[in-house]
Amino acid sequence: MPYNAGKFDVIVIGAGHAGIEAALASARLGCKTLCLTVSMDAVALMPCNPAVGGPGKSHLVREVDALGGQMALSADRTYIQMRILNTGKGPAVRALRCQSDKKLYQAEMLRVLQQQKNLMVKQALVEEIILKGTRVEGVLTQTGALYWAPVVILASGTYLGGRVIIGELNYSSGPSGFFPSNKLPQQMKANGIKMVRFSTGTPPRVDKNTVDFSAMTEQKGDEGELYFSYMSENLNRPNVSCWLTYTNERTHKIIKDNLHKSLLFSGEIKGVGPRYCPSIEDKVVRFADKESHQIFLEPEGLGTAEMYVQGMSTSLPEDVQLEILRSIKGLERVEIIRPGYSIEYDCLVPTQLYPTLEHKQIEGFFSAGQVNGTSGYEEAAAQGIVAGINGARKVLGEEPVTFLRSEAYIGVLIDDLVIKGTNEPYRILTSRAEYRLLLRQDNADLRLTEKGRKIGLVSDERYEKYLKRKKMIEEEMEKLKTHRVKPGDERVKMLLQKKGSAPIKNSITYAELLKRPELDYRDVLEILPKAEDVPKDVLEQVWIELKYEGYIKKQLAQVERFKKMEDKKIPDGISYRDINGLRNEAKEKLEEIRPKTLGQASRISGVSPADISVLMIYLEQKRRNEKKGGVNE
Amino acid sequence: MEFDTIAAISTPLGEGGIGIVRISGPDALSIAEKIFNPKVKKNIRELKSHTLTLGNVVCPNTGEVIDEVLLSVMLSPRSFTKEDVVEINCHGGIMPLKRTLEAVLDAGARLAQPGEFTKRAFLNGRIDLAQAEAVIDVIRAKTEEGLKVAVGNLEGSLSRKIKKYMDGITDILARIEANIDFPEEDPEAFISRDELYEMIGEIAKEIEEFLREGERGKIFREGLKVVIAGKPNVGKSSLLNALLKEKRAIVTDIPGTTRDIIEEMLNMGGIPVRIIDTAGIRKSRDKVERIGVRRSEKSIEEADLVLLVLDAVTGIEKEDEVIIEKVKDKECIVLINKTDITGKVNIPFYEKATGKECIGISAKKGIGLKEVEEKIKERVFKGEINTTRPLITRVRHEQALKKALASLNESLEACRDGLPLDIIAIDVREAWEALGEITGDKVEEEILNRIFEEFCIGK
Ligand SMILES: Nc1nc2c(ncn2[C@@H]2O[C@H](COP(=O)(O)OP(=O)(O)OP(=O)(O)O)[C@@H](O)[C@H]2O)c(=O)[nH]1
Ligand SMILES: [Mg+2]
Repeated sequence: MPYNAGKFDVIVIGAGHAGIEAALASARLGCKTLCLTVSMDAVALMPCNPAVGGPGKSHLVREVDALGGQMALSADRTYIQMRILNTGKGPAVRALRCQSDKKLYQAEMLRVLQQQKNLMVKQALVEEIILKGTRVEGVLTQTGALYWAPVVILASGTYLGGRVIIGELNYSSGPSGFFPSNKLPQQMKANGIKMVRFSTGTPPRVDKNTVDFSAMTEQKGDEGELYFSYMSENLNRPNVSCWLTYTNERTHKIIKDNLHKSLLFSGEIKGVGPRYCPSIEDKVVRFADKESHQIFLEPEGLGTAEMYVQGMSTSLPEDVQLEILRSIKGLERVEIIRPGYSIEYDCLVPTQLYPTLEHKQIEGFFSAGQVNGTSGYEEAAAQGIVAGINGARKVLGEEPVTFLRSEAYIGVLIDDLVIKGTNEPYRILTSRAEYRLLLRQDNADLRLTEKGRKIGLVSDERYEKYLKRKKMIEEEMEKLKTHRVKPGDERVKMLLQKKGSAPIKNSITYAELLKRPELDYRDVLEILPKAEDVPKDVLEQVWIELKYEGYIKKQLAQVERFKKMEDKKIPDGISYRDINGLRNEAKEKLEEIRPKTLGQASRISGVSPADISVLMIYLEQKRRNEKKGGVNE
Repeated sequence: MEFDTIAAISTPLGEGGIGIVRISGPDALSIAEKIFNPKVKKNIRELKSHTLTLGNVVCPNTGEVIDEVLLSVMLSPRSFTKEDVVEINCHGGIMPLKRTLEAVLDAGARLAQPGEFTKRAFLNGRIDLAQAEAVIDVIRAKTEEGLKVAVGNLEGSLSRKIKKYMDGITDILARIEANIDFPEEDPEAFISRDELYEMIGEIAKEIEEFLREGERGKIFREGLKVVIAGKPNVGKSSLLNALLKEKRAIVTDIPGTTRDIIEEMLNMGGIPVRIIDTAGIRKSRDKVERIGVRRSEKSIEEADLVLLVLDAVTGIEKEDEVIIEKVKDKECIVLINKTDITGKVNIPFYEKATGKECIGISAKKGIGLKEVEEKIKERVFKGEINTTRPLITRVRHEQALKKALASLNESLEACRDGLPLDIIAIDVREAWEALGEITGDKVEEEILNRIFEEFCIGK
């Protein structure tokens, strides 16, 4: 029999990467928050690769951090290797990626959650979201507990209708053997929520003690104090290696000979998988002329012998997986600890959401993370904090907070999801950000700390640190723009000669000197007075802003144009079907997505520039009509 | 000011070859200033609003005189759009009109979207609320019209070229982005600065050559597309020769003489005309002839005006009826040929049968040709045949290519300066988007598709 189990402000379903950020944000903003997880052992689980970050992803992690989120801090405290990616490819796309100790990461997150004021984490399988009309009221668990709250945030990852596929075997399950949630998706569909079925895969984990590393190439992490969070320092993390090996023709033959044993490959299972994460069988078939593919072995933690076999995602039967692995150099005697598998799951069609991640039809119902059709821990965390913030603000009666594409990757991610939708599990990429040069991971704090402070998630300590850094950057910039280099300066002459740079005739500022393409800021450092007093990250910031000033200005001008359209609000309740002159496709799409601004409308696929013109005329017509005194349309 | 400055040809060529280039927006005056030399020594800002001033339009880059024009300034808010408006009345025919528009665009205006002047007039409160529906209709109609041209062009060399350049640029972007977003995942995706420089340089060079060629007028050859059509042996080639006053096409009494399209330029009282002779349309067993017939049919579809030739001796036969059906929706004049043999023909009968205006002629003896020329000119001046529409399409394409080229050149400079990939990508992307505006494609999707097609990405 169901029983009353308590009242809360916000209930979060799921304690994965989205649920954690949502629950913490909500609790930190003062809302009495309940976080329900299928299993206490699944809190902050990394069911796929033991890594955080990468291009676009590390941008998200830093943005979540600048807003006062948790992922960066916990990742920093538990990593066992850190690397800087894309070093030579430019400031916008430089990125951090770490190898995490999975168990440590979970333990660290659980500690943070359990110490958080206003937050209660419990184990429960939610079977029903209780609705009253079009409003959310609470949840019902498998064991009959009724929890009440005006805001429910669904962050259930791949657990909804989860089905695991290994070869010809397939069974109902959540990731890593946890329970799936089968009743909830049914109830959601019954309430008119549109769902799609996606799939994703994970490779086998192997026993480190059965691997011959001498036949592989070692890949070390980078040295130095490298952290995601602006707050992390002196954590003294280890630097454990990953290992590189390759598949070969024999591997490919085994795969081809066994393709018929994959349910996924024979097309019997219909979930749409991500193109950026193909299974090894996919790769071998689609790129038949490639003689080998890279395989990375990544440690899953310090306290385990399990290693993640990156590049080997597969849904072939276990015995075939073993045969494949053993055909690879260094893995001749390998033992599998857990086989790879594919998982199919239900997710919400994200165009049903507002940019606050609240559902358009059901008030108080938010969703975040993989259940919104994304993939990746970082994408989940980013949505989690946004849902948490807005859920809490709803309870507190405050205005919602959203992010523009021009201000954060978080904005790009959510705008893509709710305006364009996705037909495969969505992954953030730097190429999705049209103002990429402005949205760097090195300036995430400058972009977002102020906003996070206003929201109420940025601690005094973090805020002061930010203000200090900002001031130093401004001072340093000023210095470079006003201090002048004299033509007679011997050190300068030498430097220019060494770099093959033309000698200066009249005195110029350091800033002007720095803009010469052949000069690096480290060169100018050598001749800059008192540079040693300035932290490296400050110098870097100043250097980027100066060096790429022209391009940054160009992007800022683009942002101005973008904002103009974003500022043009579309009032609620427009009946697009009745607007003459819109093409039918545009009418349908606009009805479905119901954009809030003309900018959003213009990004919907199927809405043409001419449709936008028509919409502008219509809105103006409506405005003038209303001014004239409420004539009906 | 809410909007940027736009320009377009606002009225098609009228009697005597007059057409108007209209500029509207905050920079209208300063743009006009850059390209206009008044006869009286006055600054454009000193001209009285709503009066005409005589002067020359000059190319802002070379200083060369393009046309003698009448220019009028209409200051905000007393103009059609309520913005500052400059109108330039050109009268030297189509080419000067086009070049004047280009000069205005080069001086900083943006080519207006279909119906954009009207849209601004409404949004700025010039047009009454009651007219809103009409404004929407204008936008819709003009857009549709523009699309038709674009589709017609799609098969043409112009759009094929644009697609080809876009394809090349997509390749480059896919390489760059695969490198950036999937580092180390597919070593084959790696690209060195030198390779990148070479790839960009190649496309930039192609576009540059294409544009230069365009100026000489080969592919961008302007003019009204007039297609001579009819069943075999009615005298199409004879008509072409007669209009050109030279023996350009082979004429014989064997039906099926002309096998392929013959195209020539002709000046008809200031209107440049591309006159096209086609293979006679009939069902044929001959493979070569069948191809010719298919080309004839395609030409008819793309024509601004069809001259349908009938044979006065045979009258209207089954084969003629098929062709009459094909030109039903086209701008068309029917010529009843070989009246030197039959004498005067029954025009009202033919007009009823074809539903088109008919003229009796003899290509062999040169009878009625003057009348044909007059009729063509009349239709152009009455605006029934819109000569500026394809012209605007061309300007739009050229403008997009110019923008793309400028961006590519900037990316080359960035390469030379050793700037990183993400910076180079900004300009390359801009080049793509300049062309994407024409095709309506979105860069991001194209890049991703290409990445996953070409490279083996994936953990
Ligand atoms: N008497 C007379 N004969 C003409 C006239 N026009 C064309 N012919 C003759 O008709 C025959 C066919 O003329 P073409 O000009 O080759 O006809 P066409 O329509 O180009 O024929 P195909 O190319 O075969 O489709 C030739 O013998 C011409 O001399 C005309 O006005 N009067
Ligand atoms: Mg002929």
